[in-house]
Amino acid sequence: MAADTETIDTVNAVTGSGYKYGFETVLEMDLAPKGLSPDIIRLISERKQEPAWMLEWRLAAYEAWLKMREPEWAFVHHAPIDYQDLHYYAAPKKKTGPASLDEVDPELLKTYEKLGIPLKERAILAGVEGAGSNVAVDAVFDSVSVATTFRETLSKAGVIFCPISEAVREHPDLVKQYLGSVVPVADNYFAALNSAVFTDGSFVFVPKGVRCPMELSTYFRINARNTGQFERTLIVCEDNAHVSYLEGCTAPMRDENQLHAAVVELVALEGASIKYSTVQNWYPGDAEGRGGIYNFVTKRGACRGARSRISWTQVETGSAITWKYPSCVLEGDESVGEFYSVAVTNNHQQADTGTKMIHLGRNTRSTIVSKGISAGHSSNTYRGLVRILPRAAGARNHTQCDSLLIGHDCAAHTVPYIESRNPSAKVEHEATTSKIAEDQLFYCRSRGLSQEDAVGLIVNGFCKEVLNELPMEFAVEAQKLLAVSLEGSVG
Amino acid sequence: MNDIAQARAPAAIGAEGFLARYAGLRARLPGDETRRDAAAESFRARGLPTRRDEAWKYTDLRPVAALAFHEPLLATDTDFKLPPAPGARLVFVDGRFREDASRLPDGAAFTPFARAPRFDALARPEAHPLVALNTMLAEDGAVLTVPDGVDAGLVELVSIGAGGTRHPAAFHPRHAIRLGRGAQMTLLETLIGEGVYLHNPVMSVMVAEGAALAHVRLQNESQAAFHLATVYAGIAEGGTYDGFTLNLGARLCRTEIHTRLHGPGGAAHLNAAQVLRGVQHGDVTTVVAHDAPNCASRQTVKNVLDGRARGVFQGRIEVAQAAQKTDGYQMNQALLLSPDAEVDSKPELRIFADDVKCSHGATVGALDPDQLFYLRTRGVPEIEARAMLVRAFLDEALTLVSHPAARAALDGALSAWWEQETA
Repeated sequence: MAADTETIDTVNAVTGSGYKYGFETVLEMDLAPKGLSPDIIRLISERKQEPAWMLEWRLAAYEAWLKMREPEWAFVHHAPIDYQDLHYYAAPKKKTGPASLDEVDPELLKTYEKLGIPLKERAILAGVEGAGSNVAVDAVFDSVSVATTFRETLSKAGVIFCPISEAVREHPDLVKQYLGSVVPVADNYFAALNSAVFTDGSFVFVPKGVRCPMELSTYFRINARNTGQFERTLIVCEDNAHVSYLEGCTAPMRDENQLHAAVVELVALEGASIKYSTVQNWYPGDAEGRGGIYNFVTKRGACRGARSRISWTQVETGSAITWKYPSCVLEGDESVGEFYSVAVTNNHQQADTGTKMIHLGRNTRSTIVSKGISAGHSSNTYRGLVRILPRAAGARNHTQCDSLLIGHDCAAHTVPYIESRNPSAKVEHEATTSKIAEDQLFYCRSRGLSQEDAVGLIVNGFCKEVLNELPMEFAVEAQKLLAVSLEGSVG
Repeated sequence: MNDIAQARAPAAIGAEGFLARYAGLRARLPGDETRRDAAAESFRARGLPTRRDEAWKYTDLRPVAALAFHEPLLATDTDFKLPPAPGARLVFVDGRFREDASRLPDGAAFTPFARAPRFDALARPEAHPLVALNTMLAEDGAVLTVPDGVDAGLVELVSIGAGGTRHPAAFHPRHAIRLGRGAQMTLLETLIGEGVYLHNPVMSVMVAEGAALAHVRLQNESQAAFHLATVYAGIAEGGTYDGFTLNLGARLCRTEIHTRLHGPGGAAHLNAAQVLRGVQHGDVTTVVAHDAPNCASRQTVKNVLDGRARGVFQGRIEVAQAAQKTDGYQMNQALLLSPDAEVDSKPELRIFADDVKCSHGATVGALDPDQLFYLRTRGVPEIEARAMLVRAFLDEALTLVSHPAARAALDGALSAWWEQETA
């Protein structure tokens, strides 16, 4: 049939181009020896010129990690990870710091070009002041932050946006006060590992009453072979402050699996609001399931103050394995937690993702919207917890989890936990699982859309509630990503 | 070694106690010893479940583990009164069949397990520790077979926990219900008792092609008792298992139901209601495995919790790759009547087929103040208004019980509960 041929052609065209971030950048690297030990942790701490308290904190986390066991409850399967077979520190060799475009490694600039970081920002990354753009970028390459843009504009507003390693040196009091306060070092296996060896990430501090004048953004990229990336992000919003933060991730194509274990902590004080958006597009492995990133991430926000708000939006299309539960601890009265998620798995990808909403304060509200799409031989799990504690009078939660199955060999699971200990709280949970309806496809096909375009259109409609939550720049990228991720799944 | 010496030894508690009991009774228990030994081995390895087991995350068996349970006395002289039987009735006291109090069914063949001890393949002692415990110590139970094409009508299965001795007793009855092709039956299980005891029944249900079993369980055990029941149901092509459980009694109760739809076009209904108060803990755990295409499963589970009661619902729908055109639906609602009540709910979907329609919904809340207000403005006293609303909430589940006598039994038990609640 002509339509089938057309589909196959499209698939070939696309899978031929495949994962468009699959390039590797040849750079001079500063690489720590493989393995994990107190000596490696000392080395990382030393390279980062950290104060003694930071080293102690790391070593304590390492001690805790040694006593913990890798979690097994998630619906993901992988060969055992050899934690001694990884480089825990990899950094592009830097000169004294890029003062102008010429001083930045041209390979690095090319990388950002391929990543699609806007030209102006690339100029800024290189230290050339540009005008007009309203996104400040912190780019993290393997383990270290290579450049942060718009520092000056931000500092005029009183906002601190810098690599966390710099924050440890320059703003130790703030870091000491908040680091590990949302995700304690021994919270879970991967968080403990991260606390011991994290090498970089972003630090954001928005003081009282300040609305951050621009979107803040971080690009993470794993480049070097056999490295683990352990970034650590800490965002603090003081009373009535506001920030919107975007995160994007890519990695080169490789046969072996790479480990990524990040920790993100958000703190919102009274009346503050934090919007955290992620487009995760780590290398998912090839069509046979070889290679790809293991993405084991702990993300948690604390709504400490009354009327504070934390909103997580994620579009997860990459990684061979995703293990990620961005959560909100709603401590302040009338605080709000939100979780909007699209998770797409294709080929042999496995995703076990969801959220936790812990209601402690009165009249706290949370909303969960999760859209899972599985295709190929993949498996996609929503796992979530809504817990209402006795003090949380008038708490309110609404959860909606929808799964879409494309093909006969994929799987979709929904595992919600609902715990309520307050009678005045209202909790609602809805979940559905279905496939793309034949009549919807037929409708689109009869209007001249190809099978692939029709699926793309329907999937975008299915995810609309979540995509609408993304900042505009990301929404467009996310829609394209969805289409690319599902290429080859129908025909 | 003799049995009397064993019996006089200081009683061990929890899992150790049960294993010691098995060591003492082994030679006298009916049926296949190798099956019992294997179950004992599995129980020795795993012990009683703890909250570290994901399946037992919300139900803590430490109160059971802390007690030493004894073999029930030979209860021939136990005094009990039952209302007159409308039809067939099988009575078990402390898990042992009492022929004198029973009226055998006409349509179905009945044999006590003690005389026809067979362990069938549905139960999985290796996976479920309490079933291993039952397999190890089962003495008696109902083995009931409805021949092809026969409608056996209503059969009552009554279990009485006699209590009354110095030590709490534990009994582990083993029931097997088989429906032949196109056969039908309504099985009404009534579970009552006095004092402290552990009732750990295992029932396997085999529904053949085109057969239909309505299985209504009225769990109204003593408020000091432990009730831990496991039901396995296998449903063949075009068969129906229509189950309903009402949990009113017991200090700690868990009803675990595993159903497997292994033939196309089968149906499983696992409806339940729990109405609990005081320090009661009630747990309804269900698994519906869709292994064949075109099957449907329906679940409506309601929790009404007062005092410091805790209600748990865990429901899993599994859809295998072969089970295309599956239609699965699950609704779980909880009503918290007091500030100290707690509900934990875990509805779960595991789906490996793409052409399916599966959904679940869960809600938790209090009585709607607007509805209460509406009734009050019409002159209904608060206490009655609350009762009306709670009954209406429960009715959505109860109305799914179609047999009038079974429905009447449930309504009667609920009315008695309300009288105590408002007294």
